[in-house]
Amino acid sequence: MSDVPALPRIRVRQWPAWLKLPVLVGIAIIAFWIVACLTIDLWPIYDPIDMVGRRLQPPSADHWFGTDALGRDVLSRTLHGARFSLMMSCAVIVCAVLIGSAIGAVAGYVGGIVDGALMRLVDITLSFPPILLAMAVTAAMGPGLENAALAMVIVWWPVYARLMRGQVLSIRSREHVEAATAAGAGHARTLVKHILPLSWSPILINATMDFGQVVLLTASLSFIGLGASPPTPEWGSMISEGAIHFYQWWICSGPGIAILSVVLGFNFLGDGLRDLLDPRSK
Amino acid sequence: MTRYIVRRLLSLPLLLLGIVSIAFLISHFTQGDPLSSIVSERQMDDEQAVAAAKARWGLDKSLPEQYLVYVGNLLTGDLGTSFRTKQPVSQDLLERLPATLELVIAAMLFGSTTGIALGVVAARFRDRTIDHAARLWALTGSSAPVFWSGLILLYIFSVVLGWLPGPGRLDARMSPPDGVTGFLTIDALLAGDMALFWDAVHHLILPALVLGWTVMGIVSRLVRASMLDVLNQDYIVAARARGAGELRVLLNHALRNALVPTLTIIGFTFAYLITGAVLTEAIFSWTGIGSYAVDAARSLDYPAIMGVTIVGGAAFLLTNLITDIAYAFADPRIRLS
Repeated sequence: MSDVPALPRIRVRQWPAWLKLPVLVGIAIIAFWIVACLTIDLWPIYDPIDMVGRRLQPPSADHWFGTDALGRDVLSRTLHGARFSLMMSCAVIVCAVLIGSAIGAVAGYVGGIVDGALMRLVDITLSFPPILLAMAVTAAMGPGLENAALAMVIVWWPVYARLMRGQVLSIRSREHVEAATAAGAGHARTLVKHILPLSWSPILINATMDFGQVVLLTASLSFIGLGASPPTPEWGSMISEGAIHFYQWWICSGPGIAILSVVLGFNFLGDGLRDLLDPRSK
Repeated sequence: MTRYIVRRLLSLPLLLLGIVSIAFLISHFTQGDPLSSIVSERQMDDEQAVAAAKARWGLDKSLPEQYLVYVGNLLTGDLGTSFRTKQPVSQDLLERLPATLELVIAAMLFGSTTGIALGVVAARFRDRTIDHAARLWALTGSSAPVFWSGLILLYIFSVVLGWLPGPGRLDARMSPPDGVTGFLTIDALLAGDMALFWDAVHHLILPALVLGWTVMGIVSRLVRASMLDVLNQDYIVAARARGAGELRVLLNHALRNALVPTLTIIGFTFAYLITGAVLTEAIFSWTGIGSYAVDAARSLDYPAIMGVTIVGGAAFLLTNLITDIAYAFADPRIRLS
């Protein structure tokens, strides 16, 4: 074999088809917010909690997004708010995906009564409008960011349970799984090694798409007064402060634009991921 | 078909029971003590009130018995008494239902008509600038938090331009018409009071726009996709070959078939509409069930929160059922699987 001359390797560099402009914009927006989350303390901006200017000033060179009713800088509060909103949404999505997929995988693999019971629980949970269930659970446990996060996990896990169950059901009957079972692989091994690796892509796509919705619901709960409490610079509670000072439109606009950008960004990225991971959907 | 409907109808009571069970679970863990979900803090010292509430909800009995009492009370329409309004929650909800329905229907009409139009245009000019612009516009609608877009639109149209009135359902100087339907617009028409009718319509425009924008995004996306499917089919080519005008092809031939899948999302958008309505009503001081829920949550009025949640869940179940059955009528493949 060694006398075969090595062929010159031709590499065709092609722009990946899924990486369209919206997807790039989405990635840029998300990258910006992640960097903001991690490094916000180093930025040369005002303190988010201190009174740093006159009250209710419109946007100016000093305060790009204006100041709120307590003379705090809206831009700084919006950027700091990313920490609460995004980290909490991230925690909620990760928990919901882990819990939901675990339950869904077990239901799909075991089948029978276990499957029936778990899926009825999923059906029932999904038959509540999300915001109402989240409101009820948060209010019952007592308002606060942690309880709001817990409530949102309760609202969201069934989505992933249903999704994962469907995946496991369709993959379980494939030949390579039968082969693994025939070769003597135990249930746990079959599920973890032979089924789960093939089933994560729709979960990932959905989680990306849902991230924006979780950000929205987090902000909604805080807006209602069940999530973050003042003076925490959380986007939803900032908008609810802005609603009181309705004529000072800039107070609610900083956090409003921030939420809009995050939700749009994850929608764009989710679309791109779907093109990349699930070409059939086109 | 009948079998499909019967099967779906049979699952309904079970799901309803599930909703009630979850509600029972939540209220049982309220603040660590189920009593605090029935009796307000101020009344806790009042021994008589506490004893009466305990008897009414069977709190002195065992857990399974409590559950039966809870389900029994709900079945008779007893959702408890609101801490805030001191009225039965069911009565509060009934009083506020028409306002929410009026808003949701207006938003649905606005959102679905504009969404369908946007979807048709986007599909016709596929991958052109107008298609991308339509998608961005629709996506922005479903991504913007309504409690922010509502505030901004209110500021622009009511404060800056002065074209539309501020929050509320009617001008403060006007008195509402006699409640026949509870829909202010229809009641004003029935009373023959045109000034009142226009005022009610003017108040309805902004909240319906804000709420409808969220629906528009979903509808236009789906109509675009199904229009693209349909436009590739032979009968469209045949229609064009026979010399049918472009508008006729789009509307008479293509849209008619493309609308069938759109039916399915009526139930789906209902979830969006409820979420949106809760927040839109709060922004626009719209005295419907949504703002009732927000007020209840803000003042930790537990019976009211649970009442809205149970009724909202039941309504959600029903719309899903109706949508599925309507879709099964339209597309026979569904009921066979």
